[in-house]
Amino acid sequence: MAKGRYGIHGGQYVPETLMNEISRLEEEYEFYKNDALFNEELDTLLREYAGRPSLLYFAEKMTKDLGGAKIYFKREDLNHTGSHKINNVLGQALLAKKMGKKRIIAETGAGQHGVATATAAALLGLECEIYMGREDTIRQALNVYRMELLGAKVHPVDSGTKTLKDAVNECMREWVSRVDDTLYVLGSVMGPHPFPMIVRDFQSVISREARAQILKKEGRLPDVVMACVGGGSNAMGMFYEFIKDESVRLIGCEAAGHGVDTDRTAATMATGTEGIFHGMKSYFCQDGYGQIAPVYSISAGLDYPGVGPEHANLKDTGRAEYVPVTDDEAVNAFEYIAKQEGIIAAIESSHAVAHLMKIAPDMGKDQIIICCLSGRGDKDVAAIARYRGVDLHEQD
Amino acid sequence: MSRIKNAFNGKKAFIGFITAGDPDLEKTEEFVLEMERAGASLVELGIPFSDPIAEGPVIQDANIRALMAGCTTDKIFAMVKNLREKTQIPLVFLAYANTLYKYGYEKFCAKCNETGIDGLIIPDLPFEEKGELSDIAKEQGIDLISLIAPTSEQRIQMISKEATGFIYIVSSMGVTGVRSEIKTDIASIVNVIRSVTDIPVAVGFGINTKEQVKEYTTIADGAIVGSAIVKIISEHGKDAGKYIYDYVSGMTSVLEIK
Repeated sequence: MAKGRYGIHGGQYVPETLMNEISRLEEEYEFYKNDALFNEELDTLLREYAGRPSLLYFAEKMTKDLGGAKIYFKREDLNHTGSHKINNVLGQALLAKKMGKKRIIAETGAGQHGVATATAAALLGLECEIYMGREDTIRQALNVYRMELLGAKVHPVDSGTKTLKDAVNECMREWVSRVDDTLYVLGSVMGPHPFPMIVRDFQSVISREARAQILKKEGRLPDVVMACVGGGSNAMGMFYEFIKDESVRLIGCEAAGHGVDTDRTAATMATGTEGIFHGMKSYFCQDGYGQIAPVYSISAGLDYPGVGPEHANLKDTGRAEYVPVTDDEAVNAFEYIAKQEGIIAAIESSHAVAHLMKIAPDMGKDQIIICCLSGRGDKDVAAIARYRGVDLHEQD
Repeated sequence: MSRIKNAFNGKKAFIGFITAGDPDLEKTEEFVLEMERAGASLVELGIPFSDPIAEGPVIQDANIRALMAGCTTDKIFAMVKNLREKTQIPLVFLAYANTLYKYGYEKFCAKCNETGIDGLIIPDLPFEEKGELSDIAKEQGIDLISLIAPTSEQRIQMISKEATGFIYIVSSMGVTGVRSEIKTDIASIVNVIRSVTDIPVAVGFGINTKEQVKEYTTIADGAIVGSAIVKIISEHGKDAGKYIYDYVSGMTSVLEIK
């Protein structure tokens, strides 16, 4: 069996054309992850450019209002570019540069990973091309323009369902045709090995910080650590350093769309089955013949029919639990946290906030929850207004 | 002698690819028979997949047409069973790993054996992952066909040593589709393969002219043409049969007897 397994999940299910390239990527990564100079450069970028460490914020008003566990938010929304995506992108773009690559390509759903990649490319002087489903370029037009401002070329993808999975397909096709000078900067803990490992390692800074921060503030570990899950990069980053702490419950919140009993859902853990897709064995939303299902969520960032292989294994082993959250619940949470805490959180992160609102009241006042706010919600304001029937278009 | 071995026995092979169920499965049967009549030695049938990451736009569209027309893996097996009563031409499936995994490797290979499929090409099941399928396929007498790419380099020998059926050399970087120029040094790849195995070698990706077929069947044992034939189907739909026959006849006219 090949490398990069998490239980039965993971692996390297990619065309032969890419095999030497992903082996090389693994070798280079294994070298640089232990290279003092590389780590120093990355650490400087994370501190001086991305704004790390991110805050661990005690949400006192929400804690009081919900009347149960103490609520802490890990504020990845305060990072430069507005989400956790920058943690991984700075690492991978720096790696690309060390590997002598001139160009990076990436997929994006909501545009957060695309913006982060375009940002890192601008900073490090790399060419950058972003693949984004046509549907998503319409839902997130502002982020398209943002990427262009940063010097990236954005390719709208018209194949398939015109969303995130099709953007990944197109990125893989592009990478297969040009591996020599290009690195595919994958945005989540998915794809063929070594990507799930690399992205998890770069994102695990979230839990490394959060664990130290909570021990300092509370003198003890949290009872619950939670995050939203699409491909699963912020959740993997938020969970990783807590996996060994068996007393800590890990909860991933996935997008149920209109509900797990409808076909308008993106809840892979709740409705998916084992499969092989996008280079990995994991859980996928698919039909009985293995055709990948069109998925739906109000959140473009969670609108993906699969989940990272390490999450699939955390589910199999029972170490983490995964719960579905509907559009409606997420929108309510988006509005609630805005009014309670003055934080406009990404609609993706709001899925985790919604589940937090369900469980916090039933927990004891001496218990602690840490929830990852993976991104800020400015990009979602127009969509939430539309959801509430408000037309924001200004008069000409 | 297996049907695949027979396809390369004493002659150079022209291998035609079409997507099963495009525009419908009755027509797939007819198109296979037309290709055989025009001199094709082997036919590759694509099982349509929602997300064919190794395909260019022409074959992507064929996948969508076939799926929209209701094509499924079971319907394809039924078609193959029917077709086998009419022809002994070797047939191999081009399918993505998930199609087999979801169907169940054992059930899938048993069905291949039962209906008369001779080999499997799985573009997203590289050497390192083939172990989960290869023994099961072997037990059912199905050849798992290995791909070698322009970037394979030091992997060529390792892959060739374990190859069964024939070896598929991917001529170019990227996805399937017609190309005017192929820059890869195919001859040197063939030489490395030849140093470890006598198994037949066919070249595909980007081939669409007689000149290319002539060139690659001189260097190797066969040439594979896909997108150019699928394009004929996209243009002529249900009436594509005679155009496929004409096109393939032209291609096979340049083949030499070994």
